[in-house]
Amino acid sequence: MSILIYGIVNSLVLALFAVGFTLVYGVSRLPNFAHGALYILTGFVTWSFFNSLGLNYALSIVLSLIITALIGAVIYRLILIRVRGMEASEIIASFAIGLAIMEGLRWSGFAGGFYAVPPFIDRVVHIGDVPIDSQRLIIVGVALVVVALLWVFTHYTKIGLALRAIAQHERAAMMLGIDSDLTAIVSLALGSALAGLAAVAILPLGLINVETGYSVLVYAIAVCIIGGLGSWPGAVMGAFVLGFAQILTVRFIGAQWQMVVIFVAIIVVLLVRPSGLFGKQKELEERV
Amino acid sequence: MQLTTRRKERLDRGIKVRTSGIYAVSSLREIAYLVTPRAILIVGLLILPLVMPNMYWQRVICITGIFALLALVFDFLADYVGIISLGGALYVGVGGYVAGICNSSLGLSPALTIPIATLAGAVICTLLLLPCLPLRGIYFAIITLMYPLVLPRIIEALHIFGGTEGMAALSTFPNIWVSLYLIIVVLLIALFALRRLVNTDMGLVLHGIKDNDQAVRASGMNITWYKARAVFIASAIGCFAGAYLTHLYGWVGLSLFGLDFSILPIAAFVLGGPGTLVGPVIGAFILTPLSEALRAFGPLRIVVYCIILVGFIVFRPEGLMKFLQRKYHQFERWAEV
Repeated sequence: MSILIYGIVNSLVLALFAVGFTLVYGVSRLPNFAHGALYILTGFVTWSFFNSLGLNYALSIVLSLIITALIGAVIYRLILIRVRGMEASEIIASFAIGLAIMEGLRWSGFAGGFYAVPPFIDRVVHIGDVPIDSQRLIIVGVALVVVALLWVFTHYTKIGLALRAIAQHERAAMMLGIDSDLTAIVSLALGSALAGLAAVAILPLGLINVETGYSVLVYAIAVCIIGGLGSWPGAVMGAFVLGFAQILTVRFIGAQWQMVVIFVAIIVVLLVRPSGLFGKQKELEERV
Repeated sequence: MQLTTRRKERLDRGIKVRTSGIYAVSSLREIAYLVTPRAILIVGLLILPLVMPNMYWQRVICITGIFALLALVFDFLADYVGIISLGGALYVGVGGYVAGICNSSLGLSPALTIPIATLAGAVICTLLLLPCLPLRGIYFAIITLMYPLVLPRIIEALHIFGGTEGMAALSTFPNIWVSLYLIIVVLLIALFALRRLVNTDMGLVLHGIKDNDQAVRASGMNITWYKARAVFIASAIGCFAGAYLTHLYGWVGLSLFGLDFSILPIAAFVLGGPGTLVGPVIGAFILTPLSEALRAFGPLRIVVYCIILVGFIVFRPEGLMKFLQRKYHQFERWAEV
């Protein structure tokens, strides 16, 4: 029972890490290697608003999400737009931006283990006989709401439809008057805000640590590869596969093997089905 | 107001055209034109240790050589094979650990451990990367980024090879001159060997794989076998760097898998000029001393590389070396359009 509950929570945590990355890659084919850095940046911005400026907690969360979205848009507008289409340069540039953000944070003193934001509601709930703190339930809620809202956004709003159009066939979409750069900016801003949202929902569970940024990036990419890069339902399913694999590893083998299990899973999936478990594109298989 | 536009007109120097064929040997001046840049590099690298003021900067030259080798390997893989490997630390880590184990458990001297580590490490790295070789672009980049993150966890989890503390008190080089000239000679050999390699038939096939691997496959060649050999060569050079580092410090630890070994070579590659092979070496010789000078600032060093990296990749994607080559081979003038 506890494996089931914590497995679901862990899977949704991974899904939250991955939705932003898969959104950006799906729409604009940009591998955003700065994803983990944006995650950790939001955590520290929220902390600064809350503790240094003394703002209201809800207000500081909203402000930091807006700031992260703006940073995402600025990264695209200033840097990534110039290297778009050159795969090596995209990877190197976004990886370098991410490193610069993370190491810059470390340099400006946000290192060490004493930065933490409080949980929204500090209480422990019992489901059956399994104790679970309410922050984990909030994560489940946030993840479900995010997935639902994104589905509504991409199916019923004009800009969401434009994003999907670009993702499906860029040239045809451009002929219909959809601006490819604009949708890329929107997708990057939205992806960054989603990384931020994941951060504010998940970080109250523990301490804010710069190193988390690297593992968030690795987890996000792992989930996307297993589910199929750029595929929506794939990312969620991939998160569930990895989430349960992790929880089972921690329970039966040992916590230090979590990373190794993920790594083995990626290699196996890439060897057997390069387009991911749920990716359908033939095109993608050729690209791998 | 009359609007005049102008553009830069570039013309090859006559001597460049004359020296491109066998007739280059016809006059001393043309031979000198060809030899000078290479001679400056070789002689410059050979006398560099002699002009260093103290022991500390001589050490810096040793470290620079390691980064130069890694940058060279990155350039070879990225521009001539089409593999972006974000994990230079994998080679350093594997090579370093193999050398460390040979030295501490078997008691071999550095003269034996370094060749063993170079070859055995290259075999290990190639076997580790073999399953991922059919992958391209972002997929391969991610896998290579993950290896240096995963291997230390395995070492930690199993408590093998000294666990988190690493292995200390390994043998070091007899004196600083051996270590200096070892790395510089190996660097020069690797540089010129790779320049030859990319112009052989095998280099041509590798370049074909980079441009269109399906076409190479359609010609009946086994692309994985070619890529595996390229990775073997690259990881042999990288593992040498790792084994050398082990004996330079007489110590092996998890920090051999550190991020520095992955990111600084990439920065040197972008700064020096992608696709020139010698460019990344020069880039490493600029960046590493710079990063030593910034050592007092801690993490700010990585921020500085990253800013240089992004600046060059966005605004000067050609890098330093192509700029210098242009100045050497061509004259430029403004022409009215």
